[in-house]
Amino acid sequence: MVPKKDVLLEIKDLRIEGYSDEKWVEIVHGVDLTLHKGEVLGLIGESGAGKSTIGLASMGFARDGCRISGGSIEFDGMELTTTPESALRALRGSRIAYVAQSAAASFNPSHKIIDQHTEAPIQYRIQKRVEAQEDAMQLYERLRLPNPDEIGFRYPHQVSGGQLQRAMTAMAMACRPDLIIFDEPTTALDVTTQIEVLAAIRDIVDQFNTAAIYITHDLAVVAQMADTIKVLLKGEEVEEAPTAQMLDSPKEDYTKSLWAVRSFKRPQKQRPTGADAIPIISVQGIDAAYGQTKVLDDVSFDVYPGMTVAVVGESGSGKSTTARCITGLLPPTKGQILFNGEALPPRYQDRSKEQLRQAQMIYQMADTALNPKIRICDIIGRPAQFYSGLHGTALKSRVDELLDLIELDPAKFYNRYPPELSGGQKQRVGIARALAADPKFIICDEVTSALDQLVAEGILKLLDRLQQEFNLAYMFITHDLATVRSIADEVVVMQRGKVVEQGPKDEMFTPPHHPYTDLLLSSVPEMDPNWLTTLLDERGTDAIGEAANV
Amino acid sequence: MGDILQLVLKRLGLGLVTLLVVSILIFFAVELLPGDIAEAVLGQGATPETVAALRDKLGLDQPAILRYLQWLGGALTGDFGVSLVSGVSVGDAIGERFVNTLFLATYAAVIAVPISIILGVIVALLRNTLFDRVANVATLTSISSPEFFLGYILILYLAVKTQYFPAIASISPDMTFGELLHRTFLPALTLVLVVTAHMMRMTRAAIINLLASPYIEMARLKGVPPWKIIVKHALPNAWAPIINVVALNLAYLITGVVLVEVVFVYPGIGQLLVDAVAKRDFPIVQACCLIFAATFILLNLAADVGAILTNPRLRHPK
Repeated sequence: MVPKKDVLLEIKDLRIEGYSDEKWVEIVHGVDLTLHKGEVLGLIGESGAGKSTIGLASMGFARDGCRISGGSIEFDGMELTTTPESALRALRGSRIAYVAQSAAASFNPSHKIIDQHTEAPIQYRIQKRVEAQEDAMQLYERLRLPNPDEIGFRYPHQVSGGQLQRAMTAMAMACRPDLIIFDEPTTALDVTTQIEVLAAIRDIVDQFNTAAIYITHDLAVVAQMADTIKVLLKGEEVEEAPTAQMLDSPKEDYTKSLWAVRSFKRPQKQRPTGADAIPIISVQGIDAAYGQTKVLDDVSFDVYPGMTVAVVGESGSGKSTTARCITGLLPPTKGQILFNGEALPPRYQDRSKEQLRQAQMIYQMADTALNPKIRICDIIGRPAQFYSGLHGTALKSRVDELLDLIELDPAKFYNRYPPELSGGQKQRVGIARALAADPKFIICDEVTSALDQLVAEGILKLLDRLQQEFNLAYMFITHDLATVRSIADEVVVMQRGKVVEQGPKDEMFTPPHHPYTDLLLSSVPEMDPNWLTTLLDERGTDAIGEAANV
Repeated sequence: MGDILQLVLKRLGLGLVTLLVVSILIFFAVELLPGDIAEAVLGQGATPETVAALRDKLGLDQPAILRYLQWLGGALTGDFGVSLVSGVSVGDAIGERFVNTLFLATYAAVIAVPISIILGVIVALLRNTLFDRVANVATLTSISSPEFFLGYILILYLAVKTQYFPAIASISPDMTFGELLHRTFLPALTLVLVVTAHMMRMTRAAIINLLASPYIEMARLKGVPPWKIIVKHALPNAWAPIINVVALNLAYLITGVVLVEVVFVYPGIGQLLVDAVAKRDFPIVQACCLIFAATFILLNLAADVGAILTNPRLRHPK
């Protein structure tokens, strides 16, 4: 039993309300939380579970449009719910710090990194500017940032995402706080970059014995970071237990379902053989460039009818650019793209309606890919009308049919607008829009990355069913290897605009690999709490430093 | 920085092309005015002989395109022709007037721009408070009233009833600078009232637009006080839209002052233009319109460059 005096943060019966539809609605329904000095607590749950809201509330902060409506938040003997704003402000940055999900968005683009780092220590008169800068450089070095003496004097856009995320962790450490809230700090990063950031965070939290609340939706990540895990669902606690115990024997059904979510796997298909088997899409030796910058170098792969080719790689590896070349948005500078054995014109403007119809696209962010001011029936009906010339009742019955296909009730959804839908429903509408053209080939660009695991699984199952029903070919762009495992038939691994390895999925997941494929595969977090430690030991610190500079 | 120079040169080139198109529009718009130019210029005392003589002198019997090319050729060498009414060269007639207009515009801008931006920052900080509402209503009222009306109100209260400032802004070259400022204060103030609202509201909107950004939330979570969040974290990222609105308003200060100049009998280019149109003094009309067009083009160019210079991504490339 930990003695009471070591308690740093004690939240009791916390209730938070959000303002929507002109009334206050409770979104966190009485959550308790106890955090001891130096302890790391993992908060896990789907979006809408209230993880971030609770994390911010432990700083006495509620986002605009939210308010803390009940309960108590006691931080080191201070009741935050009754503390005036000015006193709360004095706590923030100095004793409680925050690390946000997207460092790229959370650093002010107009100021140098080190000036943002030293802002709090200078404001709290803990250090003079020069001291604060020296301290920042030391922290950068500890977090293994390259050129620690110089990197802080760059602007945020001049530094890579993984490095920025570490710089933000350094910034949180600037005043040596007692508590840091990590709000999904690695969600926006590639798996290879994620490891460095996770290792850096764990190191520094250990070194300074800082307590932390680690918010994430990724179980494998939280398993590496937290001493205790608390599972949340829709603003309520499901259960809480020490990490090892939680992983081995979750008690509640919801937790078990989270644990089992990656179970979906469909059998791998083989390429058709024979003389008449031609790929639906054949990318042949294409180069592409944005202005003077070459981004694709001799990329070739084939996609056969009814099969799924997963294109994997880190951000910047050229996955989405390849998709842009296939759709004709970015004409390649070299090479050609064959559709059913016939060369496609490089520019979409020069392609026939029929050629355009055959290849459709589903986007990562359904939020931004659907016009919020257009009704669902028009979003889906427009391509059906444009490509198939349907009108009136024929069009309506086609839209109904498409809505049925994506498992949304036509009677309920026909006249609604995108903002009224959940993330998963929006992505389904995105799928229906692609299907409306009746294509043979669909590019899925990170279609599940923005979704919770349970919802993502539903989308994958839907895509699989549609593939079987219509013999669709998918090019599945993703950085998530778990997704690849569950649905791909073939895998193309890309790095810096080149294809480094490709082949059937089974082969790709069995050694020997290309070194880069190996790096990707070994970087996917596993549920084993010792995974990160073991991996770091295996790779040695040099390997991490190397990966950091990629 | 080389990139920016290249961009400026490119935009200047495009600006010249625009100016050429505008000159064509102006020339043929004047051509389209109803009635014979020679008759209009000579007025009621015209005899057929004098009309014929003037037509001959102006070359009106030649085709319009030929006359346009002649005029353009002259304009390129700085010769905009001769005023039909007074007979002095257009350059001389406009020169001093244009300087006067520039003086008044600068006077108003020096007051209005800082005031609107500072007010904008303050109302962004105190958004949705009484001060915000009052500032909004006041500036909206001043922008919604016709400027001649504003001018007369100012004359009534600051010239007629209190006699702080002269009602008529007549100026002469031998005045001291102080006198000049005193004389032209009322027209300048009228212009300030007209342009402040746009700039203030854009500053407010541009800042408030950024307050939902993650980096602003980050600053709040670092314990940065509210005023510093606005001034240090939001304003540096809000310059681009603000600069654009400032440039548009500066252009208005030069090209839109006709009414204010008439109300205060101020010898600026606006009044000259009105007189010239009434008297069909088309060389002057054409030159004035070209100046206005050039002003718009240059100020928009300046706004674009300003917006680029305030963008850290463009200022500090990777």
